[in-house]
Amino acid sequence: MTLQHIERPVGIGRHEGGNGFGTEAARLAGRTSARILSRYGVLLGFLALWQVAASSGWVNAAVLPPVDTIVAALWKGLAGGSLLGDIAISLQRAGIAFAAAVVVAIPLGLVMGQVQAVETALDPILQLFRQTSALALYPVFILLLGLGEASKVFVIFWATLFPLLLNTISGVKEVDPKLLEMARVYGARRLTIFRRVVLPGAVPSIFVGLRLGATTALLLLIASEMIGANKGIGFQVMNAQYNFQIPLMFAAIVILAALGLIANQALVSLQRRLCRWSSTVG
Amino acid sequence: MAIARGGEVTIRDLSKSFSLGGRQLAVLRSLNLDIRSGECLVIVGASGSGKTTLLRILAGLERADGGAVAIDGRKIEGVGEERAVIFQEPRLLPWLTVLGNVAFGLEVRGVPKAEAERRARFYIALVGLAEFSDAYPRQLSGGMAQRVGIARALTVQPEILLLDEPLGALDAMTKISMQEELARIWSEENVTMVVVTHDLEEAIYLADRVLILPKEKGGAARLIDVDLRRPRDRSESRFVRYREELLREFGLH
Repeated sequence: MTLQHIERPVGIGRHEGGNGFGTEAARLAGRTSARILSRYGVLLGFLALWQVAASSGWVNAAVLPPVDTIVAALWKGLAGGSLLGDIAISLQRAGIAFAAAVVVAIPLGLVMGQVQAVETALDPILQLFRQTSALALYPVFILLLGLGEASKVFVIFWATLFPLLLNTISGVKEVDPKLLEMARVYGARRLTIFRRVVLPGAVPSIFVGLRLGATTALLLLIASEMIGANKGIGFQVMNAQYNFQIPLMFAAIVILAALGLIANQALVSLQRRLCRWSSTVG
Repeated sequence: MAIARGGEVTIRDLSKSFSLGGRQLAVLRSLNLDIRSGECLVIVGASGSGKTTLLRILAGLERADGGAVAIDGRKIEGVGEERAVIFQEPRLLPWLTVLGNVAFGLEVRGVPKAEAERRARFYIALVGLAEFSDAYPRQLSGGMAQRVGIARALTVQPEILLLDEPLGALDAMTKISMQEELARIWSEENVTMVVVTHDLEEAIYLADRVLILPKEKGGAARLIDVDLRRPRDRSESRFVRYREELLREFGLH
C-alpha cells in the first residue's frame, strides 16, 4: 500500500470503470486505505497534534509530555516489568469482581424477569441501592471489610452488579409475547419456553449489560486503587502524579484505556459468535 | 386420494364477551357450528365480530365463557397436539435458522432433533424454501418468512390447521401467490383448515364454506357453500357472483 492510494479520490476508479487506473487489486487497496483513513484519521490527527504541541512548546511539556515520551515510558514499564505487577493485581481485582457480578446478576435477573412476585419484592431495595453511588459506599465497605483486597473487590462487584442485573431483567421482559404464545401453541411447557425462547431472546440485552458492566468495573477499579492501595494501575496513576513522573502517569492511563478497549472487543467478538442471527451487534 | 384423519370440530352454544370500560361486550353469542373433517372453512366478519376470538378459542389460547368445543368428540381444554396455528405474523425465532424454526414445533413435542429436522426438511421443500434452510429469519422477505411459519405448522402434521389472517401482512402480489400455495397445500395435506380473513376474494378462493359472523346484536351467523371447481379461477363469472353475494352480506353492494 502506498501513499498514492490514500491520496487518490475514491470516486474516480468507479466512474472510469477502472480503465487506465491499474488493476482490481490496486483499487481494492485504495478502498481499504480510504476506509482506514476515514475511521482512524481523526485519532491519528489528534495524536499528531498532541505530539507537535508538546514538542514545540505550545503547551507545557512537563504537564502534557509528547507522545513519544509517553510511549517510551510505557515501553520501559512493560518491557522492564515494573508495570506488569500492577496490571496483574488490577486484572485480578476487576476480574474477580466482574465474575462474581456475572454469577449473581444474571441468574437473579433471569428469575426477576420471569417471576413477577420476586421482582415486585426486590425492586424497591434494588432501586435504592442503585441510586446510591458505589463510591459513596466505599468508605462503608472499608469499615466493614478493611482496607485490603476485600473492600476493593466488593465495591467493584457492587457497582458492576446493577447494569448487569437491570439489562438481564429487561432482556427477559422484552422477549416478544407473540413468540411465547407461538411456543405455547406447540405445547411447550414453562421450562422449555424459558430455555428455548426467553433465554436466547434475552442474550443481546445481557451482552449490553456485560459491556456496561466491564466499563463500570474498570472505572471502580481505578477509584478503589486510588484510596489505600500500594499496587495497581490506579495506584500508579496517582503515585506517578504525586512524584511528578508525568510520562509514567500517562503510560498508566494508556494501559487503562487499552484494558477497556480489549474487554469491550472481547465481549463484542463473543456476542458476534453467540448472536450470529442478529444484525445489530456493533 | 388420502384417507380422512379426523379433525372434525363441533361447536355448541359458544359465547364469549370482553369487558371494555366496565361494560360487557359480547363478541360471540351462542354459536353453533360443525366443521367437517378435511374441509376448508373460512371465517369472515366485520372487525369486532369475534372471528379472531373464535379462532383463538379453537386454538386453545382463549377460554370461552360458555358452551363447548369438541374435536372428534373430545372436548378441548387448552392447546392440543392435533392442532397447529398460523398467525398473521410469521413469529419465527430470530436466533434459529429456517430449519431450526420449522423443526421447533416437533422438538418442543419431544421428537429427537435429527428426526425433527428430517421431517422439517420435507415441509421446507414443500413451501419451496429448500435452498434457504440455513438462512436466518432476518434474511427473508415477508412472504418467505410466512412460508416458514406455514412449514413449521405443517411439520407437526396437525389434523386441524388454524390460520389467523395468515396473508394479511403481505403485499398484493405475494398474497395471490400465497393463496394459491395455501390451496395447493390444503389439497395435498388432507387437513381441516379454518381460516380467518377480511379479504372476501381470499375467502372464496380458499373456502369450501364461508362462515359470516354477524356484527350486530341478535344477528345470526350465516354459512355459504362455495360450489366452485378447484383450482379456482378468480375471473370466472360464478366466482364473481359469490363475491357479490358476500359483499351484499356486508351491505356493500
